Amino acid sequence: MNALKQYIDLYKRHNDLVDGNSAGVLNALRPGALEALENMRLPAYGSENYETTDLEAILSPDYGVNIARVDIDVNPAATFHCGVPNLSTALFLNVNDIYAETERSHEGLPEGVYAGSLRRFATEYPEVAAKYYGACADIENPIVALDTLLAQDGVAVWVKKGVKVEKPLQIVNILQNGVPLMAVRRLLVIVEEGAEVTILGCDHTQNPDVEFLALQTVEMFVDKGSRLDYYDLEESTEKTSRLSSLYLRQGADSNVLIDGMTLYNGRTRNEYYCRFEGERGSLRLLGMGIEDRSRRLDTYTKVDHLHKECHTDELFKFVLDDEAVGAFAGLVHVVKGADKTEAYQSNRNIVGSDKARMFSKPQLEIYDDDVKCSHGAATGQLDETQVFYMRTRGIPEDTAKLLLKQAFMADVIDGVRMKGLKERLQLLVERRFAGHPLNCSSCHSACPQGEEGEEC
Amino acid sequence: MLKVENLHARINGKEILKGINLEVRPGEVHAIMGPNGSGKSTLSMVLAGNPTYEVTEGSVSFYDKDLLAMSPEIRSHEGLFLGFQYPVEIPGVSMVNFMRAAVNAKREYFGEGPMSATDFLKLMREKRAVVELDTKLASRSVNEGFSGGEKKRNEIFQMAVLEPRLSILDETDSGLDIDALRVVAEGVNKLKTENNATIVITHYQRLLDYIKPQFIHILYKGRIVMTGGPELALELEERGYDWIKQQVDAQENN
Repeated sequence: MNALKQYIDLYKRHNDLVDGNSAGVLNALRPGALEALENMRLPAYGSENYETTDLEAILSPDYGVNIARVDIDVNPAATFHCGVPNLSTALFLNVNDIYAETERSHEGLPEGVYAGSLRRFATEYPEVAAKYYGACADIENPIVALDTLLAQDGVAVWVKKGVKVEKPLQIVNILQNGVPLMAVRRLLVIVEEGAEVTILGCDHTQNPDVEFLALQTVEMFVDKGSRLDYYDLEESTEKTSRLSSLYLRQGADSNVLIDGMTLYNGRTRNEYYCRFEGERGSLRLLGMGIEDRSRRLDTYTKVDHLHKECHTDELFKFVLDDEAVGAFAGLVHVVKGADKTEAYQSNRNIVGSDKARMFSKPQLEIYDDDVKCSHGAATGQLDETQVFYMRTRGIPEDTAKLLLKQAFMADVIDGVRMKGLKERLQLLVERRFAGHPLNCSSCHSACPQGEEGEEC
Repeated sequence: MLKVENLHARINGKEILKGINLEVRPGEVHAIMGPNGSGKSTLSMVLAGNPTYEVTEGSVSFYDKDLLAMSPEIRSHEGLFLGFQYPVEIPGVSMVNFMRAAVNAKREYFGEGPMSATDFLKLMREKRAVVELDTKLASRSVNEGFSGGEKKRNEIFQMAVLEPRLSILDETDSGLDIDALRVVAEGVNKLKTENNATIVITHYQRLLDYIKPQFIHILYKGRIVMTGGPELALELEERGYDWIKQQVDAQENN
């Protein structure tokens, strides 16, 4: 039984609803997505690059899909805020996959920026939307095909030529429902020549006992001389699955930072497909995963160096405990003619228990002979000499290990260049390793007696 | 304060210590010398509680408590300090966080709350002065990028902060130039009181010019084969270890 069938059937039965609640630009790609899915066989569990992700199992449950756009209570959205200190953002929400704005959605944004609903973007600027929507995501990728078939809205960010957006945009993705649900999310980012923007995505799941699937396709076009920082932070639950596929196109002299952080999750697959389409582009691709219990985190990265003098610096780190499973497969591909390419890839992991497992597959494919490239993977345990040294100073074994795990993540955290986020991450990672059941817990909605920081 | 009796220990199945006897009283300074591979570092590691070494026989009491039953951290709280021959680098853990964790763990052990930030900074400042440790090292990761001399000073700085009752300094002089040696040795001397004791493990007489021991022990083949006063170190400097080795080996052959 092909798990895709239920989605194909759903769309065929209700395509009028899907299309009717979306926009023409999004609808235009659905037939192609449908065709791709009908001819598609999901990659088998255990096959190359799917060693730890069972797409069939993740897609099989009968999740509800809110294609009729039934109103969920997004009222609190208006007064929702993120209580992280020193983090001043223009804040947007996806409640499941329903886009919602807050009082702070457009505050402090300069002229020349569109940030908001993808559906509205596609309606108001159909030509721009049509040029970019679906332009770099690969429809043969099951995540992309399914997302394209069913996405009715999402978030679009369009920063026009030369506009520098100082205030970071924050997209909080909230999963909340009483019964199993699939959220079909889409993010389209267009950064025109010489423009700059920072985006922070936060995944939170409200109902720990409900199974969720977050399906996400991200397309990012970063034109020449522009800068994009994108942080993607997952703090969900053990019953949340997440399939995310990100496609990046970088123009000449562009500078991009992508940082994928998984602090709490269930089953996650994050894919990053990055491509330089001009010379002297620079990409910092960072990621961390802290996995315990039976959580799974699967990361796939592919960086295509098609032009000269581009620079990639890739670092992914995982700490695995209990029965957690992690995977990293990374490919850096340098074509002939891409002289003076510099590409460094590193994956380092700590496996803290006998039953935890890590699969690591760093790969370089180089067809040019004037490059500086390196890759490396190391998986091991905490250094016993360091633990002993700390213990001789009176630091208890648990604390010593905690400090070492935090220290292990220090260089990934140091890569964060967004004000307020680095400090917050230090704290979150510290709490995470200390075994705090609570996560960020800084999301607040208005409630009658609601004081900042209180549950309501 | 310390009483080692018939201590046997091994690592990876190989017996290194073959019956050590040693007694240290408050106010004393002992030096343990001996040729390479005689078990000097093993003795310090076993006393500090390194889990990779296995004690197979014998006992160690520290202020009448069973030292061998204590975890390394409890040994530290109880007042045992090991200055490492090779101080360990811990990238990503700042000296400040490291020392704060150490100080507060000890306070917790004695039922006290964490030290206030102001008091802690004052303590750091005060103790850094003991070994003229550069302020900028405090913001760096533990021992990372420290020169050989800085690492050894850092050991004595930690000793100054933790105020141990018994310090074991394992080849604290190795890798030091004359000036650094003097600073480190003066630091150790400043920390000396009539209530604490020091065991200095060294190859060379020169450290003993600064830190003056009352007792010199010669360790060879996992046993203390000779104990004497300061004059023994001078004799070793002059004659080397061969005469002792010959003596001991001859006895063994009989």
